[in-house]
Amino acid sequence: MPEGATATKTVMIWINGSAWNVPEGSVVGAAMLAAGEPCRKSVSGEPRTALCGMGVCFECRAVIDGVSQQRTCQLVCRDGMHVDTQS
Amino acid sequence: MISKAQHADVLVVGAGPAGMAAAIAAATHGCRVLVLDDNAAAGGQIWRKGIADRSESKVRDSKQAALRAAFRASGAELLPGRRVVDAPRQGILRTVVDTPAGPIAESFAWDRLILATGARERFLPFPGWTLPGVVGAGGLQALVKGGYPIAGKRVVVAGTGPLLLAVAAHLRHDGATVVSIAEQAALRQLVPFAASMWSHPAKLKQGTRYRRALAGVPYRIGWWPVAVEKASSGILVRLTNGKRTVDEPCDLLACGFHLVPNTELAELVGCKLNGDVVEVNEQQHTTVAGIFCAGEPTGIAGLDAALVQGEIAGLAAAGHTEQLSSLSRMRAKECAFGQRLNAAFRLRSEVTLLSAPDTIVCRCEDVTFSRLQGHSSWTEAKLQTRCGMGPCQGRICGPAVQSLFGWRAASVRPPIFPVPISAFGNNDSDSLEEVNAFQETQ
Repeated sequence: MPEGATATKTVMIWINGSAWNVPEGSVVGAAMLAAGEPCRKSVSGEPRTALCGMGVCFECRAVIDGVSQQRTCQLVCRDGMHVDTQS
Repeated sequence: MISKAQHADVLVVGAGPAGMAAAIAAATHGCRVLVLDDNAAAGGQIWRKGIADRSESKVRDSKQAALRAAFRASGAELLPGRRVVDAPRQGILRTVVDTPAGPIAESFAWDRLILATGARERFLPFPGWTLPGVVGAGGLQALVKGGYPIAGKRVVVAGTGPLLLAVAAHLRHDGATVVSIAEQAALRQLVPFAASMWSHPAKLKQGTRYRRALAGVPYRIGWWPVAVEKASSGILVRLTNGKRTVDEPCDLLACGFHLVPNTELAELVGCKLNGDVVEVNEQQHTTVAGIFCAGEPTGIAGLDAALVQGEIAGLAAAGHTEQLSSLSRMRAKECAFGQRLNAAFRLRSEVTLLSAPDTIVCRCEDVTFSRLQGHSSWTEAKLQTRCGMGPCQGRICGPAVQSLFGWRAASVRPPIFPVPISAFGNNDSDSLEEVNAFQETQ
C-alpha cells in the first residue's frame, strides 16, 4: 500500500483492458463512469453510461467476464473482474 | 433443474420503507413473510447504503435505524437480488436471480401479496441528454453511494422535485462543487407548498437543513435545462428561465423530473390503475382480492406516506384490521401532502417541448423525436418505430412520451424484465411453455 493511503481495501478490475483499483464494494457502473469508459454503444453507436443507477433504464449494460447485457449499476466489482463496453 | 415454489403467507415485493414496514407488521402478527427485492440489500432507493456505511451500526438516521432493527427482528425473510419477471398464474410470482453460475428462475407462492415497488425518476429528453456525464439526480446519488469518486467534480443539478435539493446536499457533503440547482417549478407554485409545510415540522426541518447545507449555491427557481454539449473539459449545460439563458460548464448534470410510480407488476397481476397510480382502498387493498399496494405506486407522497401505508398493508394482509383506525389519520395527512407535493412540482409545458427533431427519445432503440411525430398512439408509434421495445420496456421513454405526446403506454406483458432464456434451464414442461412465450415477446 502506498504511503499516505487510507486503510480502504481495494479490488482490481479490468475495464476495456486497463487495470483499475477501486474501493471494495464499488458498483461496476460507478467504476466505469469514473474510468471514463462507456458502458455500451447504443444501436446508432453513441457511447452511453448509467442513467438511473437503480437497474431500470438498462443504459449501463456491459460485458462482464464475457457475459453480455449485465446491468453494471446493480453489480459489485469483484477482484480480477473483466468489464468491457458492450457494442 | 426442478425447484419447488417457496410459500409465503404474505409475499412482499420491494424492501424499501413501505415494503419493510409492511413486512414488519405482517411478520410480527405471526405470518410467514418473504420479501423480494432487486437490490442487494434492504432500504430501497431512499435508504440505499453507501460503500462506506455497509455496517448497520453506521446508520445515523434514527427512523431508518429503528425500521432496520425492527425488520431484522421481525422474522420476515429478505430475498435480495430477485427481480420479479412474471405472474404465471394466480398466487404465483416468478423471479430471476443472478448467481455466479448464471441466472436462475424461482417461483414464489403467496396467500396475500403486498406490492411495494417504489418509484423511478422521470426523465425528459432534450438535446444532449444521452451524452455521458448526464445522469439522473437520484441516479448520480446512487452511483456516488456505489463508489463513484465525486469529490472535486463540478455538478449542475436540474429538473424538478424535492429530490434535487436532497441530492445536491449529499453531493456537496461528499466533496462535489454544486455549480447550480435549476428547479423548473414556478415560484408561485412553490410558495403555497412551502407555506403548507407548517403541519409537517419534520419535513420542514429537513428541507431547512438541505438549504443550509447548500448555502452559497445558486438555487434557480423557474429555471430548466434546455441542452447539453460536450466541452473541452466536461460538458456545458444550458439553463433557461424562458427569458434568459446561462451556460454552466461542469463535469456532470444530475437531472430528473420528479418521480414515476412503478406500477408494472401491479398491472401485470390485474390491479386497476387510477390514472397513473394503483387504485387502493383505505386498507391499501387493490382491486384484486388478496393483493395490497403501498408507497409510491399508489401516488408519489414520500417516505412518511410509504411507512404508514406499508404498516397498514401489512396489518390488513395479516388480518389485523382492528388496529387500522389509529393509522388512518396519518395516512390521510400524508396522502394530502403527496397531492400538494405533486401539484407544486407539476411540469411546465416548456419542459415537454425541448426536443429537437434529432433528439433521441427512446434510448434503448435510439428512436428520435421526429420519428415519433405524426403517430397517433403509443401502440402505433411502438409498432412503427420500436420505441419502448428495448430492454427498459418503456420504463424510461414511456413517461417521457406521455409528457411529450400525451400517449399512455399500452398494457403490460410478461416478462416485465428481460429474462435470459438460460435462467429457466430444464424446468418442468409447464415452464417450458412459458419460456416459448417469453421468446416470442423478445
